[in-house]
Amino acid sequence: MNSEFVQMLQQDVPLSWYLMLSAVLFSLGIVGFLIKRNLITVFMSIELMLNAVNLSFVTFAHQWHAVKGQIFVFFVMMVAAAEAAVGLAIIIAVFRARATLAVDRIDLMKL
Amino acid sequence: MHLILFIVFAGFCVAGAVNLLLQTHPINSALSLIVVMTSLAVLYLLLGAEFLAVAQVIVYAGAIMVLFTFVVMLLNAGREERTLGSRAAMVVGFPAVVALMAVAATVILHTQGLGTAAMRDGITSTQELSTVLFTKLLLPFEVTSVLILIAILGAVALARPGDGERTSSE
Repeated sequence: MNSEFVQMLQQDVPLSWYLMLSAVLFSLGIVGFLIKRNLITVFMSIELMLNAVNLSFVTFAHQWHAVKGQIFVFFVMMVAAAEAAVGLAIIIAVFRARATLAVDRIDLMKL
Repeated sequence: MHLILFIVFAGFCVAGAVNLLLQTHPINSALSLIVVMTSLAVLYLLLGAEFLAVAQVIVYAGAIMVLFTFVVMLLNAGREERTLGSRAAMVVGFPAVVALMAVAATVILHTQGLGTAAMRDGITSTQELSTVLFTKLLLPFEVTSVLILIAILGAVALARPGDGERTSSE
């Protein structure tokens, strides 16, 4: 029993588990995007989705022993950094104009 | 060993993401997102991406999340009040999430030929990565630096007070 447990711990992890984790994180990001009512946390959910996609990129880079997959993640990180800087500047501008962060009250362009 | 580390840090990831959804105060959500990103760095290391693990900690958990917490504190964002949200989110959004998750799980679990990850796999060194990055992909890399420059200018232009506000405050 004990040796079986030790053997189980020395098993390799299937890459499909990593992909499942990525899918779960992406879905949680979408759910956060839908249920969150604060502009900043909605933006955080988008960052969560970007991270989930990065995880599947790294997983496939490991699967195919390809360096380019990892470099793509590096580019995604750079774009995410630029996006965070511009997005948070927009949030500051919106807060200055409307004095609120609740997405229900920022509805000027809503149909 | 790999299995233990995967289970522990995958658990941290999912717990942090769920906590991000459940917390009502933005600063708590930001802190749980830092937990998610740092655990993802460990998972990258398990998959042999040492440079990305370090970059994840520095760029995501460091720079981006510091920016987030800074903005949360600057704007003094309080508790969010939960509302039902839009009807489109209820009617289209949640079924779409469930459908996406179901399709992704089916595809992933039925894919043949996916390998395994183990401790003995070896890591992609930063040298290998930078050799490809600075020879074959030099142009995209330089374009990225232009993108960052434009983002800096855009952030400064957007965040500084407009002309109308400046005259009203004077």
